[in-house]
Amino acid sequence: MSQDFVRRLPDSGYLLQRKAGLGDKVHLDFPLMFVMLCISGYGLLILFSAVDQQPGPVIAQAVKLGIATIVMIIMAQISPIFYLRIAPWLFVLGVILLGLTYLFGFEVNGSKRWLRIPGLVSFQPSEIMKLVVPMILAWYFHDRHLPPRAKHILWAIVMISIPVLMIAAQPDLGTALIIGTSGLLVLLLAGIPWRFVLGALVTGLVSAPALWFVLRDYQQQRILTLLNPERDPLGAGWNIIQSKTAIGSGGLSGKGLFQGTQSHLDFLPESQTDFIIAVLAEELGLIGVVILLIMYILLMGRGVIISLQAQDTFGRLLSGTITFTFFAYVFVNIGMVSGLLPVVGVPLPMVSYGGTSVLTLFAGFGMIMSIHTHRKIIL
Amino acid sequence: MVEPLVLKDHTSESRIYFERASLGFGLLILLTLLLVARFFYLQIVQHSVYATLSDRNRIQVQSLPPNRGLIYDRNGELIADNIPSHNLTITIERVADLEATLARIDELVGLSDAQIEGFHKRLRRRQRPFESVPVLFKLSQEEMARVSVDLYAMAGVEIEAKLVRHYPKGELMAHAVGSVRRINEKDVRRLDRVAYSGTDHVGKIGIERFYESDLLGTVGYRRVETNARGKVMKVLDSTLPVSGKDLVLYVDSSLQRVASDALGERRGAIVAIDPSTGGILAMVSKPGYDPNLFVTGIDFDTYAKLRDSIDVPLFNRAIQGQYEPGSTIKPLLGLTGLVTGVIDPEFTIEDPGWFQLPNDERLYRDWNWTKSGLGGHGVVNLQKAIYRSCNVYFYNLAVKLGIDRIHEYFEMFGFGRNTALDLPEARSGLLPSKAWKREARGFPWYPGDTVNIGIGQGDMLVTPLQLATAITVIANRGKWVAPRMLKEGSDLMYESGVVVPQDINLVPEHVWELIISSMQMVVHRGNQGFGENGTAWAYIGRDISYSMAGKSGTAQVVEIKQGEEYDEDKLDDRLRKHAWFVAFAPVDKPRIALAVLIENGGGGSKFAAPVARQVLDHYLLHGEQQLAESE
Repeated sequence: MSQDFVRRLPDSGYLLQRKAGLGDKVHLDFPLMFVMLCISGYGLLILFSAVDQQPGPVIAQAVKLGIATIVMIIMAQISPIFYLRIAPWLFVLGVILLGLTYLFGFEVNGSKRWLRIPGLVSFQPSEIMKLVVPMILAWYFHDRHLPPRAKHILWAIVMISIPVLMIAAQPDLGTALIIGTSGLLVLLLAGIPWRFVLGALVTGLVSAPALWFVLRDYQQQRILTLLNPERDPLGAGWNIIQSKTAIGSGGLSGKGLFQGTQSHLDFLPESQTDFIIAVLAEELGLIGVVILLIMYILLMGRGVIISLQAQDTFGRLLSGTITFTFFAYVFVNIGMVSGLLPVVGVPLPMVSYGGTSVLTLFAGFGMIMSIHTHRKIIL
Repeated sequence: MVEPLVLKDHTSESRIYFERASLGFGLLILLTLLLVARFFYLQIVQHSVYATLSDRNRIQVQSLPPNRGLIYDRNGELIADNIPSHNLTITIERVADLEATLARIDELVGLSDAQIEGFHKRLRRRQRPFESVPVLFKLSQEEMARVSVDLYAMAGVEIEAKLVRHYPKGELMAHAVGSVRRINEKDVRRLDRVAYSGTDHVGKIGIERFYESDLLGTVGYRRVETNARGKVMKVLDSTLPVSGKDLVLYVDSSLQRVASDALGERRGAIVAIDPSTGGILAMVSKPGYDPNLFVTGIDFDTYAKLRDSIDVPLFNRAIQGQYEPGSTIKPLLGLTGLVTGVIDPEFTIEDPGWFQLPNDERLYRDWNWTKSGLGGHGVVNLQKAIYRSCNVYFYNLAVKLGIDRIHEYFEMFGFGRNTALDLPEARSGLLPSKAWKREARGFPWYPGDTVNIGIGQGDMLVTPLQLATAITVIANRGKWVAPRMLKEGSDLMYESGVVVPQDINLVPEHVWELIISSMQMVVHRGNQGFGENGTAWAYIGRDISYSMAGKSGTAQVVEIKQGEEYDEDKLDDRLRKHAWFVAFAPVDKPRIALAVLIENGGGGSKFAAPVARQVLDHYLLHGEQQLAESE
């Protein structure tokens, strides 16, 4: 710790000059909140169209966003030091919960993802892991010399693999991949040497054919369907054909809000959840899509800036990873709907209908705000 | 906003982070541009293509159901075929007023409330827009004519021709092949949505069910362009469906016919097996039913009648009926005695007509026991005990052996489990043991239980298939061939997980031959005087031209009280004994083994043996007869 402190000293020269603004006092980051508000509002509008203009689901989603915002504000008030301290305990708890899910979880659609606390709530422990895995790795590297040595990288990979394998066994390959990605992002941001990255990439490419045979039948189908949606136009290919038709027929400026035929004639499946961007693309066209992407870029840009200004390794790595993982969601979802990536169940952040992902995202942003507004400030 | 200050004055650690984060952000921008490029390609470059797809025309994907695989018997005769059937369908998107359309159909050809309800049910199960849903199945020529006249006025209503399953042999093969049924709500949840799109039927029982995945075939599809009224304007592309695999069964239709006729109106079952392959040559269960009734939907009254009939025609007695084996298992018991060394061929008993356990009042009677005490078989060795079916000998033997050894040896012959490779619906019967009795009944095993097992009574239960299988193993002198229906066309039976028992090697050659020759005497030993002939000789052995080994059996349905005689006339029809006969032939090179069961049929030798003889005659002599006639 003391070495760390010394290394940080030059930085503090600049920080000493900082004054605490209103945002620091209430521990919120207003630029970030503003962009989040814009995206959520935009999302609610698209949702309103996707549910055939019924107010019910939109109000329900707004309530979920409200609750998530409260959680975010609360999490922003808590000092990052607290997150640093509880990270290992959270990790142990999360692994235990995953274990319990494996033993006692209930099955939905052939996979065990949910854990029920009798008389209370049902939840997916894998959802908690989306934040806990970046936390534990940031905690691990916080005290260590960076760039990390091979031994530390190995330990980090072990820490990533435990939850990832447990989630993949549920089976929930989509979430496992996302969490694995977020763990690897921490490694990349911590400065893992490029030769390791290159080595991993080469190994990955070489072993990819072997991996093919590990995949379950339906997962192989999804990849084959991506390569050629026409091969299965009645099943999985149907979704892709219809979403591409919705997107393509939107053109530059779209058919107009509430005027999409693909979604309103029920051609488009999952139009309120995973495939909602197709509704946006059909009704508001390329312009509408680009507006959304710009807002996402602004949001992530702010996240990256905050991570650059963070004062310690933990804050830096955690805020950076949460931001880049957010992009992974955006890219995987939009790539999937537009036929660039295989169909995996990943919602579009802050736009898709549903409360779980919103809650996790907002909690993550709460931690980012906490990191940013708890910097040591001398008036 | 990034301060240059941060850059200038930094430790290597945060410099690395800055490098990595900037690189990451750059990559993020690049990937976002990739997404924009993708949307640009779809929305601007390909816009007109997709706009056409979406707006001006409706592109539909229509599934093309595959033809279900055909099923043939061993001689190439069709057992299951597909024939066209015409259904009246509605595509709801094209109908302006559904109520009016249904009313009009009712006027033309009649439509019951149940049919309308069924239509709405199917409508809810529909998977895609513009999918047609059947209202009426199997239109007659007259109905088709009446509807056709008005079709132009009813948008969305069509007559669709589809191939449906047909069983040309009707009732004869019902229990041997099983049947398909219309897919119902429950099936929908179980079946693969894509594979069954466009298919209305699924194999529900028997061969049709077991080989479903091979019989089904692979669905095809075509993409068509339709105008706003839904009429197909152009077929864009199509992938043809692949028909299901054709199957060939071991069943011989003509043998099946002979077996069925031999049973006549009696309730019962016959299973005949080819000992060299295990192939099932005939599987009859009477009474039967017409499987064609189920294909396009059976009306409730007909179904209720079949279901509630006291004769249970839907029940496959050949593989699911579980009966006491009676004396048919005596040869096996004798074999067990010889192999374990408990008896030798010279071992004899003096049979007074009854048997008693020490310290037990109860009389275990021989089948020719009378109150007057004149019954019994005198001095009996194993051979005589088999061809005269002497109960007292086997009471003695069973007690000497004990249930543990009996259980061990009987298990080798496939009792107490299902050894058929492609008949998962076959029941496993019951092979009692000490452990079983404690578990199931909560009582210890009593010596009296063993006595009863000696003559195949008591707790032991077998199916006709199991007895036929055991006889096949005897015919093969211990070599196991698992029974099976399928001759060629699929490999599914090897994935069914049925464990084929091991060949029985521990029985010496001379034991097999002694047991088999005793069984041969059951049929062929004659003209020896009263009480010395084989039990079946008088009924089937006098004029037989080939060598047959057999054993009769008679299974009690009700217990005869101590001190009373069995009197057929006093008993209700359904309480009479079940008649069994098991046999194989020719003795030296067996070509067929079988088990015949006649429910409440009376004595096995008198009633079941002639049926067995007719089946064997046909199989062994019919070909020769035909040959002789053609010359």
